[in-house]
Amino acid sequence: MTRNDIKDLILEIIEDIDDEADFDSLDPDQPLRDQLDLDSMDFLDIVMELRKRHKLQIPEEDYPQLATLTSCTNYLEPLLKEA
Amino acid sequence: MLSDNQRVVITGVGLVSPNASHLSEYREKLLRGQSEIQRIDLRYFGSAPAGICTFEETRYRKKKENKKGTRAGCIGVYCAHEALKDAGLADDFYRKDRTGVYIGLTEHGTVETENEIYNIKGYDYDVSYWTHHHNPRTVLNNPAGEITMSLGITGPHYSIGAACAAGNASLIQGLQMLRLGDVDMAIAGGISESTGSFGIFASFKAQGALGEADDPTKACRPFDINRNGIVVSEGGCLYILETLDKALARGATIQGEIVGYGMNSDAKDLVLPFGERQAECMQLALDRAGLEPDDVDIISTHATGTKQGDIEECKAIRSLFATSSNTYINNTKSIIGHAMGAAGVLELAGNLGSFRDGLIHPTINVDELDPSCHLDNLVLDKAVKRENITTILNNSFGMVGINSTIIVHKYSG
Repeated sequence: MTRNDIKDLILEIIEDIDDEADFDSLDPDQPLRDQLDLDSMDFLDIVMELRKRHKLQIPEEDYPQLATLTSCTNYLEPLLKEA
Repeated sequence: MLSDNQRVVITGVGLVSPNASHLSEYREKLLRGQSEIQRIDLRYFGSAPAGICTFEETRYRKKKENKKGTRAGCIGVYCAHEALKDAGLADDFYRKDRTGVYIGLTEHGTVETENEIYNIKGYDYDVSYWTHHHNPRTVLNNPAGEITMSLGITGPHYSIGAACAAGNASLIQGLQMLRLGDVDMAIAGGISESTGSFGIFASFKAQGALGEADDPTKACRPFDINRNGIVVSEGGCLYILETLDKALARGATIQGEIVGYGMNSDAKDLVLPFGERQAECMQLALDRAGLEPDDVDIISTHATGTKQGDIEECKAIRSLFATSSNTYINNTKSIIGHAMGAAGVLELAGNLGSFRDGLIHPTINVDELDPSCHLDNLVLDKAVKRENITTILNNSFGMVGINSTIIVHKYSG
């Protein structure tokens, strides 16, 4: 997966959680939870979807790395290189 | 005579039933005997008649919240907002910390658990795929809690587990909390999401108690000689309860006053009902209300369409009301199926309109009356007009031997 594919994947997962999510003014370097209507349970939905779709088992200590769209992409890029 | 701050009145009703999403629509369809029971397909189980509710699920809550929560929560949020609207109450009229939410449930968590086991089956039962939503969805206070989150209510909320007597039991809980002065307003009633569970259908079938018919609208037929069981429905019905003094002070429209109630236990059998104890329960409610059997205009029966259940209730009614020539009897389940925790409150709500329109809605699907279910003044097929209907007695009984009766009186100042 390219970096763009990974961004699209994250946004697609978020859209599945909330089809009213507004990505137009999303700053990729600011925390997703501050910009979108996401709570801790929604965040865990993202982790679960990555597990279901790509068999990724993300350890809890790595969750902070999923905070922004850019940090998500950085973290997932090596893990989804072959995907 | 109770003082006005001890008298508890119904000032609003919000509901979804398998044939309506509003009280007036529901009343019209009950008067016409219009059933919308349909066939549904259940995972593993296959096809069965069932009552499914259609309503505007996103009227009061975003789709995102509905996905995160439960079907019971979705129904509950809709009914609670509709009840407040029906009561003419802004959601901040009463203090949020002085409002209580009491929800009757037959069961909760069955649907969510079945769904989750089905989900992890797709991952070879690897429990790391088990959802983090499972616990908040299945805690027993879930539907009540989802209502408080939607309305910002910070007073008490909890569920009343009382099998199919739960709707009535929640009204009793609300009434008692108002009388104790613990809350200023109660949102009380019942909810069922049971149609989402194949296990509930399979269990009734294994028990020989699941209603069936080629035409699903004829599957639920209490008192008919050929009745063959229960039709499972989903639904919800929540009432706004206030003390009379507060309701009068704000100029509320009073839909009825809860004047009597009774609850007791059979202490006898896990599933089979027991008429003798049901009669005692009705008597308890009459005694609390200070009424004689002949004062009751309508008995809204619990009868579900099972062989013994219907006979037991009819025996119980005959034992108390044999000489009550003014008492008419009907059954709402014949039209909407058995909405479990919501059944008692939906059935009562369907009869409240009698205070205004003087009509008693019919029981349908009795093609041939079972002689064991004979009751004088059983209202069949067509609504009956009566002058001056003032008193409704509403029965709701449940598994493991739990009985409840509520008596509501027309308020006339």
